Amino acid sequence: MTRTPITASRFAINAFAYAVVVFLLVPTALIIPMSFGPDRFLKFPPAGFTLHWYAAYFSDPDWLAATFFSIRIAALTAIVATIVGTLISLALVRGRLPGKPAFELLVVGPVIVPNIALAIATFLVFDGLRLTGTTLGFVAAHTALAMPFVVFTILASLYRFDADLERAALSCGASPLRAFFWVTLPQIMPGIVSAALFAFIISFDEPVISFFISDLDHRSLPRKMFEDIDYNVSPILAAVATVLTGLTILALVIGHFLGRSGRSGSTTRKTG
Amino acid sequence: MKSRPSRFLLGGRTYSPAVSLLLALPFLLVILLAFLLPLGMLLRESAFAPGFTVEHYRKVFDEPVYLRVMYRTVRISIFVTLISLLLGYPLALLMARARGLQLSLLLIAVLLPLWTSVLVRTYAWLVLLQRDGLINDMLTGLGIIDAPMQLLRTEGAVVLAMSHVLLPFVVLPLYASLRAIPDDYERAAKMLGANGFAVFRHVTLPLSMPGITSGCLMVFLLALGFFVTPALIGGPQQMMLATLVQQQVTELLNWPFAGAIIGVLLFAVLVLVIAFNRVVRLDRFVGQV
Amino acid sequence: MDLQHRSPPGDHVGVHDLVKRYGDVAAVDSVSLGVKKGEFLALLGPSGSGKTTILMNIAGFDFPDSGRIEIDGQDVTWTPPYKRNLGMVFQRYTLFPHMSVLDNIAFPLRMRKIGRAEREERARAALKTVRLDGYGDRKPSQLSGGQQQRVAMARAVVYNPEVLLMDEPLSALDKNLREEMQIEIKHLQRELGVTVIFVTHDQTEALTMADRIAVLDHGKLQQLDTPRALYEAPASAFVAGFIGETNFWPATAANDAAPGDEVAVELEGGERATVMAADRLSRQQAVRVAIRPENLRLSADSGGCAATVNEAIYAGSVTTLLVRTKGPILRVRLTAATAASEPAAGTSLSLGWQPRHARAYAAA
Repeated sequence: MTRTPITASRFAINAFAYAVVVFLLVPTALIIPMSFGPDRFLKFPPAGFTLHWYAAYFSDPDWLAATFFSIRIAALTAIVATIVGTLISLALVRGRLPGKPAFELLVVGPVIVPNIALAIATFLVFDGLRLTGTTLGFVAAHTALAMPFVVFTILASLYRFDADLERAALSCGASPLRAFFWVTLPQIMPGIVSAALFAFIISFDEPVISFFISDLDHRSLPRKMFEDIDYNVSPILAAVATVLTGLTILALVIGHFLGRSGRSGSTTRKTG
Repeated sequence: MKSRPSRFLLGGRTYSPAVSLLLALPFLLVILLAFLLPLGMLLRESAFAPGFTVEHYRKVFDEPVYLRVMYRTVRISIFVTLISLLLGYPLALLMARARGLQLSLLLIAVLLPLWTSVLVRTYAWLVLLQRDGLINDMLTGLGIIDAPMQLLRTEGAVVLAMSHVLLPFVVLPLYASLRAIPDDYERAAKMLGANGFAVFRHVTLPLSMPGITSGCLMVFLLALGFFVTPALIGGPQQMMLATLVQQQVTELLNWPFAGAIIGVLLFAVLVLVIAFNRVVRLDRFVGQV
Repeated sequence: MDLQHRSPPGDHVGVHDLVKRYGDVAAVDSVSLGVKKGEFLALLGPSGSGKTTILMNIAGFDFPDSGRIEIDGQDVTWTPPYKRNLGMVFQRYTLFPHMSVLDNIAFPLRMRKIGRAEREERARAALKTVRLDGYGDRKPSQLSGGQQQRVAMARAVVYNPEVLLMDEPLSALDKNLREEMQIEIKHLQRELGVTVIFVTHDQTEALTMADRIAVLDHGKLQQLDTPRALYEAPASAFVAGFIGETNFWPATAANDAAPGDEVAVELEGGERATVMAADRLSRQQAVRVAIRPENLRLSADSGGCAATVNEAIYAGSVTTLLVRTKGPILRVRLTAATAASEPAAGTSLSLGWQPRHARAYAAA
């Protein structure tokens, strides 16, 4: 849209829009200074500066166990989801896949079905299969949840990829497998890496399914946070929240620079 | 003439059906184990006990307690959708007009909350809204109220926090559809004598309708099944559908009834998605903005 | 196997009764053609004529519904592309963006498991033949469009394929560069002695470069001949209209005629003339008489068809007159040498031609 002289009504609309930006950002941003405050109950402005709550977070075995459990789950989910997602994406774009519409429906399925439904259902079945609290159970559930985002990101980079490049490789005498590894894969790599990044974040801060399929000894970080928010609002939470937000910003920055080279990336997610 | 031999790769680029299925197999396994099988089992639980019965579904609609929860869930979801749209539209307009650094900053402002943990954002509202939290401090400090108010465990708090969490979902599709409107349309409308509001009313608004629909649908669907925020911000008086299901499962172990509620929720979601399928492209849900 | 479908000896690449349908549409409708060793053949046609589909079948990226592709007398219809040992240059440059220019050219050699030292040497030699030595370490994105296409050519010939396929390789370049590259490709082809099959929709490009041209329309082969034969004796009204500029004058045959015979016709507008039959014609048959603008003669004396100059369009070396006849408006081309006597608009003249320059085609 063109730059036109700012009218009063447009000025009002823009002012309102910036107020909305403040509304979007400020509540979360306030947590950060509060996490450095010394009070037992969170205060704003903080009455002083301390790293006490961070020290408490990094020395509490429960918090650390939950954090490492979530990191492990998220890393495995990223790997599994990316491999599985790349394969199905190739089948969808390149293959003569029987029942392709059904597969496409299954790809979007986990976005449409509410997380609570998925969580309850997964709980029911995983309890019977003794998969609750297990790495396998978490990775399977989170992989299914991340699948739409991974597949759409990789599909986008496959569609952007110039098919003639692969034809050129074949005409140069490369077998299909070598053409894939020498030409196609390097070209869609930015898409694959950002897909892995998305899968990691989706798994790492997934609260709903984790809530149900955690058990007493194996809790994900979101589940542990949920419990602490619900039962004892400690400033440790503010420290944890700040660390998490910092990690998110870091991931977004990495994703942005990857996106710049590959112009790929899902910007929307699902929440519950 | 030779008959067509079966090929591992057709033309080197197209995989044969057998290879395609092989590539799809891991996906199928994951989806089967963590999507189809669980949902199928849960729905079976809701309708067979062990013979076919609609008893649990009837209970959802017969008992006033549960009807109230359902009604509240729909009411809160509608409020959240409307508030998100009202807050989101001006922001999306601003973004659609922005360029360069301003646009990047605005995009970050929308994407950052989207990728920040829901728990963190819900926790932030919990801290702000508590009895001696910042909002009560400000209200008493300014003399608007005499004593701190009970803000948590109110429907207003639930709506506020949920709107905050879901706002980006309406802004992004709106921004995409507003951005796609060519400048020339607005210029043409102005040349033809339309004033600012008339341009908005007759050009911008109708052309952004797909964005409005898909954004609102997305927010509404997410709100219907929202668990974390209502569970933590609201109390028993603000119980929404997801918390009801959780209670049925973790406290009462009433799987058939939980299954029936989920069945109703899934039905509603499916009806909405199918009804709007022509307006809302499904890949918008995953948002390649 | 039916013997009469065998390539005649000497055909390097043979296409036999090729049929390819997409749904109800026949993209290629029973096309047969042979390309001799070392020949430069252009597949020329408007978009949708099937020329690219034929090339893709020869390359192995597409497979026919029926028919065969032969290379050196071997049936390769179902051989995958990477086993055909063909070189191919694409419409876009299709250099691998993540590899250096030299690595791009060495890629086919690497795929053929040729050792590093030899690979590098041959890639550098190929780079030299396209006059880009010194550019080996650059990334494709650092080269201009013309340079990128030359690298693509080097990559396609570095392993000495006997057949080089080119799919509108110059369409992405601007006009001047295109003309320069046309000559360069032609030189490269002669130097390497390679058989070239070249797809284009640009008739000038085809006329300039090709030894023979296959003109295609709606999936059918219209004519396969040398550029001169195509221009001077087009086999159909389509070819006459597609290659070069042609005036069409509807008419009716006044007597029976065999192809190549002179035939009297009654032209639209009522005048009579003598033309040459391009098809077998019978009395009273509707025909279209095709006359090239440069073959029309204007004179002040009567005896030809009556014409009035409508407009003169000066374009440097030639001048085109639009003349009104009793039938259609025709274009008449005058070269600079004869344009001294260029008639002014409104002048009444007489229009004539040699019967062999006016070809009568049966109207469709």
